[in-house]
Amino acid sequence: MLRYVVRRVLYAIPILFGVSLITFVLFYATVSPEQMARSKLSARNPTPEQIQDWLKQHGYDKPLHVQFRKHMAELLLLRFGNSDTTGEPIWQMIRNGVGPSAVVASLSFFALLIVTISLALAVAYYRGTYVDLWGTFLCVILMSITVLVYLIAGQYLFGKVLKYAPLAGYRPGLDAARFAVLPLIVALFSRLGANVRFYRTVMLEEMHQDYVRTARAKGVSERGVLFQHVLKNAATPILTSVVLAIPFLLMGSLLTESFFAIPGLGTMLVDAITNQDFAVVRAMVFLGTILYIIGAILTDISYTLVDPRVRLE
Amino acid sequence: MTEPLLRVEDLRTYFDTPAGTARAVDGVSFSIAPGETLALVGESGCGKSMTALSILQLVPEPAGYIAGGHVYFQGVDLLDYTWEEMRRVRGADIGMIFQEPMTSLNPVFTIGWQLMEAMAVHGKGRGPDTRRRAVELLTRVGLPEPERLLRQYPHELSGGMRQRVMIAMALANNPKLLIADEPTTALDVTVQKQILELIRELQQDFGMAVLLITHDLGIVAEVSDTVAVMYAGQIVEYATTRDLFRAPAHPYTRALFASRPSRDQRGRDLITIEGIVPQATAWPPACRFAPRCPERWPACENVAPVYQKLASPGEDQTGPAERGVRCHLYHPELARTRPEQPATLEVHP
Amino acid sequence: MSNLIPVLVVVLMIWTYCRMRQQPLWAEAFRRVRQRRVAMASVVVIGIYGGIAFLDSIGWQDGRNEPRKTIIDRLFQKPKERTYSAPLATVTTGEPTPHPLLGRHLLGTDGVGEDVLYLTLKGCRTAIVLGGLTSLIATPLALLFGMLAGYFGKRVDDAVQYLYTVLDSIPSILLLISLLMVLGRGLDKMCIALGVTSWVSLCRLTRGETLRHREREYVRAARALGVSPIRILYRHILPNLMPLVIISVTLGFSGLVLAEAVLSYLQLGVEPGVGSWGNMIDGARSELAREPIIWWNLTAASTALFVLVLALNLLGDALRDAIDPRLRSS
Repeated sequence: MLRYVVRRVLYAIPILFGVSLITFVLFYATVSPEQMARSKLSARNPTPEQIQDWLKQHGYDKPLHVQFRKHMAELLLLRFGNSDTTGEPIWQMIRNGVGPSAVVASLSFFALLIVTISLALAVAYYRGTYVDLWGTFLCVILMSITVLVYLIAGQYLFGKVLKYAPLAGYRPGLDAARFAVLPLIVALFSRLGANVRFYRTVMLEEMHQDYVRTARAKGVSERGVLFQHVLKNAATPILTSVVLAIPFLLMGSLLTESFFAIPGLGTMLVDAITNQDFAVVRAMVFLGTILYIIGAILTDISYTLVDPRVRLE
Repeated sequence: MTEPLLRVEDLRTYFDTPAGTARAVDGVSFSIAPGETLALVGESGCGKSMTALSILQLVPEPAGYIAGGHVYFQGVDLLDYTWEEMRRVRGADIGMIFQEPMTSLNPVFTIGWQLMEAMAVHGKGRGPDTRRRAVELLTRVGLPEPERLLRQYPHELSGGMRQRVMIAMALANNPKLLIADEPTTALDVTVQKQILELIRELQQDFGMAVLLITHDLGIVAEVSDTVAVMYAGQIVEYATTRDLFRAPAHPYTRALFASRPSRDQRGRDLITIEGIVPQATAWPPACRFAPRCPERWPACENVAPVYQKLASPGEDQTGPAERGVRCHLYHPELARTRPEQPATLEVHP
Repeated sequence: MSNLIPVLVVVLMIWTYCRMRQQPLWAEAFRRVRQRRVAMASVVVIGIYGGIAFLDSIGWQDGRNEPRKTIIDRLFQKPKERTYSAPLATVTTGEPTPHPLLGRHLLGTDGVGEDVLYLTLKGCRTAIVLGGLTSLIATPLALLFGMLAGYFGKRVDDAVQYLYTVLDSIPSILLLISLLMVLGRGLDKMCIALGVTSWVSLCRLTRGETLRHREREYVRAARALGVSPIRILYRHILPNLMPLVIISVTLGFSGLVLAEAVLSYLQLGVEPGVGSWGNMIDGARSELAREPIIWWNLTAASTALFVLVLALNLLGDALRDAIDPRLRSS
């Protein structure tokens, strides 16, 4: 087990190297630093000296290979440096944002998981009936609506008309739950269709397995078949799909956070995009990648919990 | 005559397929007395397994459905049962084992969990008694180290061991009838013999009836009392094992015997049955075996043969099993329309 | 010149359809799709969107200094009003004193007085071009790398796998954001960025399928006969991958259309001024808070978007059922 984890971590190194190479090519080689400086400097027509100063200040004046080495070291050692716009240390910004993001995202994450799996079980239980037919069709409809509509309509309906929750904003502590209601509802609806449909397919695939027939021949009820035999077997593909959501657990869903003005990592990233703050975006890309890789390793480990056939070698 | 344990009457199981309705089981009737072993024999695709699944109402829905007939178990028609009533019969009064021991056990639960579940769903709980019974069952089916086995997962076991677990599971509630659907097909030859031996032994110990489904006449000879030969969704011949082996009546049965590799045939070409089993969506209109039958004459392609009783050959008529066959050769009038004498088929019983 | 490209695309599509209909496998698949009413309705809907996009791509100048106007511009563009007006209203809303309108607007006007119906129609071209062009970038890329990796294995496979593992490790929204920040706004740039992020999944699928087909008898036979690898890949393996490609492009298309809206929200979409449903929805963000509420703008854009995506999803499902019964969901 430990050996497996160590090996997976070692495998991650070339991948992180590749990622930092891509970010370097993107952010250093494609955009000329001068262009960046020009757009950053507040003065209308910056003098060449001003540009030089800015470049020096942000370390964009050195030759490319020096910059590359510095970029690598920064990212691999997670020394993210300072924001291009505000000059604030990026780590400080992350520390500030991680709390709200974690609260809101983990609440919606677990709510989504529980609701979608239960709905998928219900639809699979009534497979072949009208419940299934219309349920699946409803899922396609929900899938076809853009998340922006869910955001706008959700805020209007649940916040403004029904007044279930504050329209936007965030307060730490117990109050946070109230502010998480709207993001939670929106996250739920926007992912519901795709998730339920996927889980249903996974479960129905399991329903056709031989062991289900054996269980029925033993006299196990349909409920027992679905909730014990099928659910535990379906856990593996469901886990895989859950990993994809892990980076966003901490990053927060970009749109949701910024729309509801929750001061999390998502909002920080959206602000960085609007301000053309390359340093912050770079750091977030790298952080997202690391989270994704950690998530993948955790998933593999959790496979051993649900599937005894999986051995981590 | 006493009421048999299981009496299947005119059972019909159909499937809706894109190509039309497939009549997988089309008017099958047979009965099994308590303690008797009936073998259902036929090529793959003839409806044997579907007959077995229909008895327990485990036909894959919604494509497949039981279109008609009766399944009397201890005098009560199981087809009148509700889903819940049927559930209580499955695994308790009727146990079933399947062909594929590799996939028939749930891979993510331990053997112990699955074995105890078989008892728990019939109201025996999961207490220490159940556990003791599980160990006892595993020992009974000849598995070593039952205590350790309870904690193991299916993938850690060989095919033969898994089939033994399946048998233990089917026997957990002392069923009166065991349905064994090709229980040895997927196993090695040596293991096959052991499993058959086990089933026969257990049958005597538990006093249960067995419905054995197989395509292997060798197995039939070894374990069964009576044989029903199935072809294209119908039973074409029904006889005691002894009678059948002595003198197979239906041309299909004879062809089955002829196509068996046997000792005296060594060195000669294996005889095969011409053609393949027709599609279940389009059975031949009259006799379903006619297109492949070496004995056919025009009547076979025009008139559907009916199932008729046949006098049992030989002097010792054992048991209540009657003899029957579905073929014009034995029809008093139609047989006379036959133009020439049969080109006799070599038979090696 | 710019009118030639859309015409060429349509001609090419009809030619491909006719070629494919001659093959029995595809003829059968088309027949099965045609039997489904839902699938046919989806085809009609997508056809209408495609038709609007086509009409919006053909344009000409009236004079030397006149702007180039497309057929849609000529048919639907209306003189600008002062500000918002409700559908079919005669006066503006959102002003202290309502002003009379210059004309009637079926779907009302937006904040700067543009006709909402016209804007919605203009969004079609962006959506169709975005989905189509991105698929045209991503699909050949995915097929090429996937087939090479699957067929040749070893070093090539390692390299391709490394490439897509790296790209896949970056959460795709972050990669998209980075690419678009660097490339800047614009339809063509969005297509490139989405192309880069969306080829990975198809590439992975292609690689797996190629691996499977490589071991099949017919490929082995071709190899034994000395057929060159390029020919094997092109003549033998590629046709077998086509069902997979068609399904994933159809379903991917809907994802791309949805992505456009999200990117517009992040100010990374098409330039303002180019019609786009994402920009319209983004612009309508705070309009529900107004009194009286301005709903027509948001509704028009999101309905247009919804209907196209729904049709694409339904068609994708129907194609999957028709072409590949193995993947049938029930």
